[in-house]
This record gives sequence, C-alpha cells and structure tokens, in this order.
Amino acid sequence: MNRLILNKIILLLSTLSAVIGIGFLFWILATLSYKGITSIHWATFTKDLVDGGIRNLLVGQFTMALMATFVAVPVGMMAGIYLREYGHGSKLASIIRNLSDVMMSAPSIVIGVFVYALLVDPFGSYNGWAGAVALAIMMIPIIISTTDNMLALVPTELREAGMALGGSKHKIILQIVVRAAKVGITTGILLSFARIIGETAPLLFTSANNQFFTMDLGDQFPSLTVSIYNLATYPDEASRELAWAASFILTMIVLTINLLGRFVIRNKK
Amino acid sequence: MTKNNLVMELKNFSFTYAGATKPSLKKINLPIEENKITAMIGPSGCGKSTLLRSMNRIHDLYPGNSYEGKINLYRADGSKQNILDLKKENDFIRLRQEVGMIFQKPTPFPMSIFDNVAYGLRLAGIKNRSELEGRVEKALKGAAIWDETKERLGESALGMSGGQQQRLCIARAVALKPRVLLFDEPTSALDPISTGAIEELIAEIKSEVSVVIVTHNMQQASRLSDYTAFMYLGDLAEFDKTEKIFLNPKEKLTEDYITGRFG
Repeated sequence: MNRLILNKIILLLSTLSAVIGIGFLFWILATLSYKGITSIHWATFTKDLVDGGIRNLLVGQFTMALMATFVAVPVGMMAGIYLREYGHGSKLASIIRNLSDVMMSAPSIVIGVFVYALLVDPFGSYNGWAGAVALAIMMIPIIISTTDNMLALVPTELREAGMALGGSKHKIILQIVVRAAKVGITTGILLSFARIIGETAPLLFTSANNQFFTMDLGDQFPSLTVSIYNLATYPDEASRELAWAASFILTMIVLTINLLGRFVIRNKK
Repeated sequence: MTKNNLVMELKNFSFTYAGATKPSLKKINLPIEENKITAMIGPSGCGKSTLLRSMNRIHDLYPGNSYEGKINLYRADGSKQNILDLKKENDFIRLRQEVGMIFQKPTPFPMSIFDNVAYGLRLAGIKNRSELEGRVEKALKGAAIWDETKERLGESALGMSGGQQQRLCIARAVALKPRVLLFDEPTSALDPISTGAIEELIAEIKSEVSVVIVTHNMQQASRLSDYTAFMYLGDLAEFDKTEKIFLNPKEKLTEDYITGRFG
C-alpha cells in the first residue's frame, strides 16, 4: 500500500515539474508570437533598419553565419577526422579533444572580446569579417565534437572491410567512413548553424551593427541579434515593436533549422 | 600433400597483441591447400580469429602487434612471399587484393549495390565502365544474387536483407579474383535459410578460390570443409582432413570439444 501511495506522489511531483517547465516555454512562445506577429508588416521585410525594417539585418546575419559555416565546417570536420581516425588514443588527440570541449562551453562574450582584440582593435573599426570569425570560433568545437562522435558510431568492421578490399586509409575514411556518418554530421552542422545564427555576444563588438544595407565586410555589418538588443532598449514604441518582430522571426528561423535537422535524421535513417 | 598444392603456409607463427606479455598464438604450423576449404574451430578465445586476421594482416590497422615465424603466400606463377615481411602500405593493399576477407556482420558500404561490388575493382585501378559492369555482373552471378539485384543495382545496399548483404560482401570480395578468401564466422549473424545460402555459395566458389573459414558451428565445419584445424588456447591442437577430425580425432581434447563436452 505504501509503495502505491509513494508511486502516486512521485508521479504527481514529476508531472507537476514537467508542466511548470513546459508552461514557461509556452508562455515565452505565446508572448513572442502574439507581440511578434502583430508587429510584423510587409515593410518589415522590404525595408532596412534605417527605415524601420529588418531586410539588411537578415541578409547581414545570414552572410556572417554562412561565412562562419564555410570556415568552420572543413576545419571542424578535418579536426574531428583527425581525432577519431588518426590520433585516436594518442596524447595529442586527447589534449585537443579536451580543449575543444572547453571551447564549446567558453562564454561567447569572451570569444567576442578575443576577436575584438585580434581583428577590430588593430584595424580601428568594427567589421563584418570579425563577426564571421567570432561565429566560426564558436562553431568549430561543435563540429569537431559532432564529427568525432558520429565517426565513433561507424562500426570498426566497415573500416576493416574497406581495408580488406585493398583500400588505403585515407580513401576508406573519405569514401566509406565519412559517408556512413553523413546523416549525423549533416545534422550536427545544421544544429550548430541554428546555434550561431541566434548569437549576440560574439557580434556585439566585432561586427557591431549597421542601419544600412551593406555587403562590405570591411565595414560595420548589419546584425539581427545586435539590433534586437539595441532596439529593445530604445524608448519609442516603433523600435520596441520592431524588436518583437525581429525576435519572433529569429525564433522561427532557429526553430525551422532545428526541425530540418530532425527531419534529416528521420528520413535518412 | 605435396608442396605445390599449397596456397598459404604458416610456419612457427606466433602473434602477440600490442601491450600483451604473452603471445596469443604460439608456434602455429598450418598448411592451407589450394581450392579447398579449411575450417578453424575451437572455443572462444582460442585464437582462431586472431590467426585468420593475421593472414591478410588486417591486424596492422592497429599499431604495436608483433609477429614471429612465417606466413608464406604461394602465387599462381609459382613464386612465394612471406607476408610478414611486408612493410609498405602499397604492399598491404596488394596482399589484401589477393587475400580477401568476409566478416561476421555484413559490411555493405553506404552506396549503391553496383558501387559496392565495383569498389574494390575501382581501388584496383579499373576505370573502364564496360569492364566494371562486366566484372560486377559476373561477381554478383558468382555470389548467386544476380537475379535478386539486377533490377536494383542503383539502389542503396543498406536496404537489402542481412543474408543478401552478406552475399553482396562475398560478391565484392570475389570480384577481385583473390587467391584466398578468409571468412570470419560469416553466418553467425544470419538466420538458417541465409546461412544455407551462404554455405552453398562457399562450397561453389572453392573451385576458383581457396577458403579459410572460422566457425563456431561444428556442423558447418563438418558439412563444408575439406580440412579442419582445431585450436585451443593459442595452440593448433590438431589439424587433419575434416572426416578424420570429426570421426576419429587423435587428440582427446578435440574429441571432447566436437562432442560438446566443453567449449
């Protein structure tokens, strides 16, 4: 009898906890959707920040995130391949793996400060390159870790089977092992992209922000997240409305990429 | 048994895993006859897989193992080579084209059925499309899955059943026309029907390739093989014609094992 009562109490408590957690999540989403959707107009997408829209911000944010991806994917994947396929078990590999894990939890503002000292201060102005580099630094350890873990899931027999057919190590890795881990690695890249597209701290004093449309990465570069931060602090209603709209759109972007990642897993497996 | 019937021969072969103090295989002497099936049986941990994996030096994927003695490979042209002398990656590649391997679990590559079979051929430098197609078809026919696969050569090999995948792996290995094929418990992950198909296949391909098979299944060894090696604790306890081993073994240990008294 006691066990049944205890079971009911635990069940009640854990259900309650789940409801509290999910409740807050839905509260956030509901507020965001309500305030966001009512603040979105056609002009939000067609005009630049200077005219009360976010067109240049979206383009700027994606430009920096995509550039970061182009740098981080090859570097991260090659490092991951090294860790799992070449350096496995070596001292150097375990040091790199640990450092990469530390990097993954490094406060993003610290990465921003570091890139500021490296690429902003010496050149005398905020610039888009610095923003892209800061995002790439955030992304690399995530991709290293995903690649490393996904390659670890590829059965050893597959490598041996490739070798047994007369393959050299690098061919087996590139043509079989990485291909076998393709779905996992792709998903990891998508999720890490979703992670950096919503980052503010690494951009605050690297790319900073730009009210006007520009593709000149040597200049201050438009950023959606930094704009949300700025707009939310302005006193006028129009700015705050735009901040809500931008927040909602950013959330939708991140959500879409995340769902896409899950979709890839479900369909390719 | 005359010397020129042999395709491989192990002489005083010892093997020690990286970091181990004692050898896992101790002074093994074992002849592998051409176009025959040699089965290796013995309780788990006796070293039969270790021995098999030495014969195409797949152990060398992992550093630090040490070999002693000789494993001679006799080529069709009559030349012989001690495969333990090989050092360079290119030599290993050539060895593995001559001595292929089939694993316990089917190991289809994440690519189409055609590309799976063509993979080894492409590695061996065959680029000509019509030659590739011819050899792939011949290999698939040789592995008795041509009828099941000819309509779906472009589909992923991962969609096949376990038994089909294993036959595909055999086709893939046969396509290279190796001298020897090493089978490491090729049916232990398969159902009885697939097992039957694989056994039939192995019996058929022995006219073209010499076979060494590690198995835990005594019936399989007795049904399939011409010679049987019984291994125990890293020693080759007994080696003889299969009928002899199963009907009238010399060693008490062999008899106890095959009658199921231990192991």
